[in-house]
Amino acid sequence: MKFKTFFWFVGPSLFMMLLFIAAPLISVFIQSFQITQPVMQQIEVETCTPGFLTQTCTTEIKTVPIIDEETGKTRTTTAWVGFQSYKNVLQMDKVWAAIGSGNVSDILQIDFWKALRFTLMFTLVTLPLVVGVGLAIALAVNNAAKWLRGPVIFVSLLPFIITPVIGSLSIYWLFVGDGILTATLERWTGQDIAMFAQAWTIELLMYFYRVWHVAPFAFVIFYAGLQTVNMDTLESAIIDGASRFERLRYVIVPHLMPLIIFIALIHLMDCYRVFDEIIGFRSQAHVISLQWLTFDFLTPDDAGNRAISRAAASAMLTMIGIVILLILPLRRTWRDHKGGAH
Amino acid sequence: MSKATAQPLSLKIFSGAFLAFWCLIAAFPIVWIAVMSVKSPRDAFAASAWDVITGPATRAAGNGLSLIDIVLGLAVLYFAIRWAFTRLPGMVEQFSPPGFIALGWLVGAAAYGLLFVLIFFGALPNVSGALNGITGPLGAPILGLTTEHYVAVWGENQFYRNFMNSMIVTAGVVTISLTVGTLAGYGLARSGSDLAFWLLIIALVFRALPHSVLVAGYLPWFINSAELLRPILGDLSPTLYGQPWAIIAVLVAINQPFTIWMLRSFFQNIPAELDEAARVDGCSHFQAFRRVIMPVMWPGVITTGLFSFLLGYNDFLVTALLLDAQNQTMVPAIAGYFNRETTTTDQVEAVAAAVSITAPLFLLVMVFQRQIVSGLTAGAVKG
Repeated sequence: MKFKTFFWFVGPSLFMMLLFIAAPLISVFIQSFQITQPVMQQIEVETCTPGFLTQTCTTEIKTVPIIDEETGKTRTTTAWVGFQSYKNVLQMDKVWAAIGSGNVSDILQIDFWKALRFTLMFTLVTLPLVVGVGLAIALAVNNAAKWLRGPVIFVSLLPFIITPVIGSLSIYWLFVGDGILTATLERWTGQDIAMFAQAWTIELLMYFYRVWHVAPFAFVIFYAGLQTVNMDTLESAIIDGASRFERLRYVIVPHLMPLIIFIALIHLMDCYRVFDEIIGFRSQAHVISLQWLTFDFLTPDDAGNRAISRAAASAMLTMIGIVILLILPLRRTWRDHKGGAH
Repeated sequence: MSKATAQPLSLKIFSGAFLAFWCLIAAFPIVWIAVMSVKSPRDAFAASAWDVITGPATRAAGNGLSLIDIVLGLAVLYFAIRWAFTRLPGMVEQFSPPGFIALGWLVGAAAYGLLFVLIFFGALPNVSGALNGITGPLGAPILGLTTEHYVAVWGENQFYRNFMNSMIVTAGVVTISLTVGTLAGYGLARSGSDLAFWLLIIALVFRALPHSVLVAGYLPWFINSAELLRPILGDLSPTLYGQPWAIIAVLVAINQPFTIWMLRSFFQNIPAELDEAARVDGCSHFQAFRRVIMPVMWPGVITTGLFSFLLGYNDFLVTALLLDAQNQTMVPAIAGYFNRETTTTDQVEAVAAAVSITAPLFLLVMVFQRQIVSGLTAGAVKG
């Protein structure tokens, strides 16, 4: 295919990606070094209240934003502030103070580090669970009678396809104060249980939700992979006297290895963006994630201001994580490509 | 199956039990919110599971189904579903003009849905109401069931507006991202150049980007776009913030990396000899694409379309930040219920809204299960 034809085919898609993905990235990068603020001025205001004999008048100096006479909006300035926004997000001084005083756990009181801790832990805890549960379901379905497989796949797809916010809400409603599962647990244990009053129970539910939501995806892929297992290898393993577990360990799992890597990669990317759970479980007071932090900076506060610079800084810090995450797989792909796929 | 691979009974039982357990866990939360949404608040948050299912308080309030209602309803449901799978396809093919089979399906599905709603919610209650009156004890309500929360959500809270917005956004996202993505996917699949490889790698990196990073880039521009665009477009320049079509563009772009990867793998499955033959016969690349590839690419396009639909439909982050209240789609709109959620009635209304959002997805899995599975495995199995 000639370059020109190729360009005409790919052009529209490339244009969309450049305009709405690459350009915003550059814009975020620049914003993270800038701060836009309303221009303030100090004016003398005389306020008079009616009083006996004469009015009582007081003059005071007030700081108010300058309003542009043409557009009627507040006038703003944009200043380069270097790494100020990053400092505001990272709060390194508090981190060093915490390390210096020996209370390392104080670091987790700072929003960014709290979010980073949860995001990383979330990714690492759910990854083996998703692969394990997905593989277990795939093996079980492969064992099941043929007529059962269709309905089981249908039921399994439900958690995967459901809107993430709604999915986490549906689990939230089971465990909320008077939800059915909380009530059942209370009856069994005889204790008062509040699942959403402390961080660790919420985190457990979030891990559960994510495994519930993603395991079907792993299952479907592993199930498709199981159909292509080489029966000859499997039979020779049986002749060699391999037990059921050894066959799984030395024949099936190596066969599925590329799929496991694929799922791990997709899962890393998706987990690092964990966000909808925070909304669904309403956990912002206890547990937050990196993406939620940026979302929170972008949401207007009570005065209607959005902390754009801080959002940009936290977004760039999130980006660094993505780059670290992707370096290894990308290097591998590049080597494979160089190694002569053509 | 040979004797060597035959499984001991214990393993079979264990594997079956595990599967049953998984199905229970997979379906339970979704089924449970569906049950909760049709009960009065007291039943929905009752401590005993049996009370939630049978709904004594709902029944006491005079809302319930009798045995006759249940039997009749199930019978109608069974025949409706059977008819949809046996007769409907034939009728669609018979009545739709040749070449417009997709359009025929759309019209057929809409007509079928309308007919079903008319019979199930219009005619059936009257019939069963009359029967309940005659039969005495059989006609007494045994299962509490009320639709008041759905009426409140869709009527008073005007959820249909959010529904319309969701439909506009998802329809736009699916159409545009498929049009743009199909071309790019075809180009990438047929070009073995380094440039194509790099484009795919960059797309992979873009796919990993957290959406909040991108939204942080859009927001300042979108809010001020009217002033920024004034020198170019004059007084017509729009404020992009809050515009559904701006959201569509954003979601299409976010979705593009995924779409082109998936479509590329589908196009690689179509033998290149096919368009080479067309080229030998004198077609240009575009003609070959239009006449030879387009007729055979629909399975892949439908599958990719399903995933684009899911992205547009399920999105919370982008729509919550970039749309204003009057253009809000369904998923962010449900967050509005949290803030109001003070009484249990509000809570059950939120549950009803959540079920309303899930119902179309449920239908989607039912109809397109095979395509979804093939889409999931398309990228993975080939590596």
